[in-house]
Amino acid sequence: MRLVLPLVLVLSFPVWGQDSKNQIQKYRDMVAEGSPAELFEIEGEALWKKPQGPNNVSLEKCDLGLGAGVLKGAYAHLPRYFADADRVMDLETRLAHCMVTLQGRTFKEATARVFGTADRPSEMESLSAYVASLSRGMPMAPGTSHPKEKEAYELGRALYVHRAGPWDFACTSCHGAEGKRIRLQELPVLTKVESARAVAATWPAYRVSTSQFVTLQWRMNDCYRQMRMPEPAFGSDATVALIHFIVVNGKGEPYRGPGNKR
Amino acid sequence: MAGPMKMRATWANGFTDVRVLMTHPMETGQRKDPDGNLVPMHFIQTITVQLNGKTVVDCQVSQGVSRNPVFSFRIKGGARGDKITVAWQDNKGDSNSLDAAVA
Amino acid sequence: MSRMLLTVAIFLFPLWARAQDVDAVLKRDFHARGQATMDRIVQDRLQKVCTATHDNPPADAAKSIEAEQMKTIVFPAGSLLGDWKRGERLAQGGRGLTWNDKAGAPADGSCYNCHRLSPAELSYGTIGPSLTGFGKQRGAGEDAQRYVYGKIYNAKAYNACSQMPRLGFSGTLTAEQIKDLVALLLDPASPVNK
Repeated sequence: MRLVLPLVLVLSFPVWGQDSKNQIQKYRDMVAEGSPAELFEIEGEALWKKPQGPNNVSLEKCDLGLGAGVLKGAYAHLPRYFADADRVMDLETRLAHCMVTLQGRTFKEATARVFGTADRPSEMESLSAYVASLSRGMPMAPGTSHPKEKEAYELGRALYVHRAGPWDFACTSCHGAEGKRIRLQELPVLTKVESARAVAATWPAYRVSTSQFVTLQWRMNDCYRQMRMPEPAFGSDATVALIHFIVVNGKGEPYRGPGNKR
Repeated sequence: MAGPMKMRATWANGFTDVRVLMTHPMETGQRKDPDGNLVPMHFIQTITVQLNGKTVVDCQVSQGVSRNPVFSFRIKGGARGDKITVAWQDNKGDSNSLDAAVA
Repeated sequence: MSRMLLTVAIFLFPLWARAQDVDAVLKRDFHARGQATMDRIVQDRLQKVCTATHDNPPADAAKSIEAEQMKTIVFPAGSLLGDWKRGERLAQGGRGLTWNDKAGAPADGSCYNCHRLSPAELSYGTIGPSLTGFGKQRGAGEDAQRYVYGKIYNAKAYNACSQMPRLGFSGTLTAEQIKDLVALLLDPASPVNK
């Protein structure tokens, strides 16, 4: 039996040149074939089943919108209104809710470290990877009929164009016109259905350049940082509204995440 | 304490394609942490692949490979149900291994 | 004039009402971190008008804003041409004013994030127009220097709802730093003009 050995070892150097865009896409395709996102999914599954908190209970009975413990398709139906919390929640907000209500943890403790590092991912990141992976192939279907869902959408829409801060930035400053990019990073226009669909279908994601798993709550947080604004609270109405706005604009797209980003 | 590993081995048209994902920081020893100190070398040095207990790949890996590496290779032949074992060891003596049946 | 203002006001009222909601949400959901303090969420007149009109204000409103912003520009005495080598470093860097940046530490211009400048730099953004060859086109005379300095200091003096930050007005860049960027754009020896 002869062994044919094309070794494909993923290297993390940037590929410049005339064909920058093409090379970057080739590199992304290579990474997607054996995505380290899967490692976070494995970690997330373990955390989902791990008894934690004063109640020493796992998250397995958490209701992410389709019933207690129902994971298949749950991510595709978020964000949505939850009667028990009387607000619209995205995945991460809902996970924090379950950590508090099921496991007996405090919100402060459960969200003390929501954004991790390459060496130490956060619980939230790994859990997000796991739950999202179980919606693969399903059309994104966030809640749109409840009055609070409509309100969240309108708030997201208003925030998107709201110019503030010492640099006068709104989301539109970067994400307002087609075909623009910051350095070599292309910027989706999230008010356009096509771009919103691609975003909704590929977040959360593994970010190759920092070896970190990034979520939409992280993205909202880091955008505001770069907009030179003060910090939005994790899982706040502001962040959930923006995420809801994006996912609703992208609804219908079959989920193909967790994805890979630069 | 090694992080999770994931492997997929599929047979098709006379070849067995194997892809294994490994969790590892793969520190080159050249990188500086935010305080300016050099992060010590910590990388996978050897990867071995066994097919039904017989070593078929013996790999020497260096620091040039990025964090959380993917190792993908193709074996001529193989059959569904064959057992593939991938094991790695790093420069600190840490190791991990995973078995998978060819699908 | 007052009829026009009334029309604009009626048109803008529902948007103004919505702006009230957003202000309340920002106040409730955001908090200070590092140097990014809560005063930053307070919109000035320019930001309110540009938000309400989706960056497309009526001509009169735009002129009024531009005139107001022009008054904020402080031109240093003498030549406005600094050192283009320092300018290139400033254009490459992205530090300053975030909650991760140390308050009071020198900031950069972040120019390459949005613009193309030196042809040798391939990693450039396209949010703003390409500035390659800018000095070749305009020369390095006093008028050109004043225009570039003014634009970097307060881009809104020239285009009311521009997406370009007011780098001088916001205190991001010092006069010396802006002069270095003027040189980067106008100095014939600068890579931008080669």
